[in-house]
Amino acid sequence: MTLNGRFDFDRIAAWITPGERVLDLGCGDGSLLKFLQREKGVRGYGVELDPDNVTACIRNGVNVLQFDLERGLSGFEDDSFDHVIMSLSLQTVRHTVPLLKEMLRVGHEAVVSFPNFAYRPHREAIAAGRMPVSRHLPYQWYDSPNVRFFTIADFDALCAEQGIQVRELQAFADGRPVAGEPNLNGEVALYRLGRSGSGTGS
Amino acid sequence: MNDPRSVGLVVPQTARFDQEILLKSGARLPGFELVYETYGALNAARSNAVLVCHALSGSHHVAGYHDAARPEKTLGWWDNLVGPGKPLDTNKFFVVGVNNLGGCYGSTGPMSINPETGKPYGADFPLVTVEDWVEAQARLADQLGIATWAAVIGGSLGGMQALQWTLEYPERVRHGIVIASAPKLSAQNIAFNEVARQAILSDPDFHGGHYYEHGVVPRNGLRLARMVGHITYLSDDQMAEKFGRQLRHGEHRFNYDVEFEIESYLRYQGDKFAGFFDANTYLLTTKALDYFDPAFAFGGDLRAALARAQADFFVASFTTDWRFAPERSREIVYALLHNGLRVSYAEVECDAGHDSFLLDAPHYHAALAAYLEGIAP
Repeated sequence: MTLNGRFDFDRIAAWITPGERVLDLGCGDGSLLKFLQREKGVRGYGVELDPDNVTACIRNGVNVLQFDLERGLSGFEDDSFDHVIMSLSLQTVRHTVPLLKEMLRVGHEAVVSFPNFAYRPHREAIAAGRMPVSRHLPYQWYDSPNVRFFTIADFDALCAEQGIQVRELQAFADGRPVAGEPNLNGEVALYRLGRSGSGTGS
Repeated sequence: MNDPRSVGLVVPQTARFDQEILLKSGARLPGFELVYETYGALNAARSNAVLVCHALSGSHHVAGYHDAARPEKTLGWWDNLVGPGKPLDTNKFFVVGVNNLGGCYGSTGPMSINPETGKPYGADFPLVTVEDWVEAQARLADQLGIATWAAVIGGSLGGMQALQWTLEYPERVRHGIVIASAPKLSAQNIAFNEVARQAILSDPDFHGGHYYEHGVVPRNGLRLARMVGHITYLSDDQMAEKFGRQLRHGEHRFNYDVEFEIESYLRYQGDKFAGFFDANTYLLTTKALDYFDPAFAFGGDLRAALARAQADFFVASFTTDWRFAPERSREIVYALLHNGLRVSYAEVECDAGHDSFLLDAPHYHAALAAYLEGIAP
């Protein structure tokens, strides 16, 4: 169980068809793509800005592209990937809506995960007067790389407003799937998203 | 010099090719010679060979030194990359450096004797292209018994050759490594080359390219050409940091002698270069740069042009390189992606401009070393 969220790898893999083309945005050291290459034989590419992570990806045998996500995905062609994944980094990106739309332009489906700000211990921290600091929000308010703070309910509302279809939501806490009330019990949210009116199949 | 990471003293070799070569321009050479060096050992399967392609002023002398008494002064141009335990590890790879056709370091070029006239070719040496260089290099590979390169690597114009290899002989390259390069020159790039050429062509000592017979060289033209080139190889920031407005004499002297340190630096670089490089080779090499455009035959569609490639790729660019800017490398990357090819791309922060590819910025060499380690020998 690492901060990289290996707990969600199996669930993500379950959404992937063998041999797919997968783009992983903010791919870190390439662990997820390495896992998907091994388990699903995907043709994967990662996008990562940090130079040490870029080298780590190459060592992991993962194709990596050192692009800045804030510059968008305009160089990627429409429908060029089956899945575009963004694992635990949506909260670090400023241009949230354009990026989500771009993910669904480039990929048939998008897979997005993020720390849920409304997780019960986070609510308790706020109720006690302090910003939450936890395993998935490990930073102090003054040194956080996160620029967007939002909850599962917020994200659902955004998807509805933007015509983004939520095809599946799985919340996790302590590395295990959460059954009820994801916005209260979920530490991390994992979504499978599609374009509205384009079917539900993966 | 007992550096365990140096390939040590190297002696260039010469390969002779007696079969005629038809060049892209339509011109023919009845035969030619290429000067080359090798480092490391070719394995039994002949599968660990890596070709290093040189840029405008480079040569076959990639690594090690030529004079044991003056190793530092006779070091290969990419010695920081190639050697035992270095990123391009000669314990693993058999590395080949070759002086291109039309060069001035011993391969057949404008300084060679034209068998038809018994005199140096001079301006009569045909213009050669990146495609022609690859063809000549392929003949060297044949002669060395190398059916497939583990990798072809190059920076700048060398990167163009690496890319061209993957298109001209897709089945003979497993990995293309294209650094600080571009799929074609921009109008600005060609403009700089044209200024360089005009500097040489207008030098009274040029004599239409037949200056050898007159016992002179167009030194001033070549010097100017190199000075212009040098400006474009450095970044504005780096020049400001290195030279700023520093004055040689600490005061303004109101004349045209060297006053600012940057003037001194450019004159030194120009003089040094004009002392050993051949002006005709410089001219034809700038034309080879200008002509390179694999998409030209595909209506400008680079994606279509790269459809032939089968290799895996590593592409790298440098943030302060404005001569071959990162955008140009990204064009290559996106075209490779379109064709479903495996590619990794590093955009390296380095303040040294285009010349960064010759340096060993930590993130640059780390990424390149990781990629090279992943190549099966």
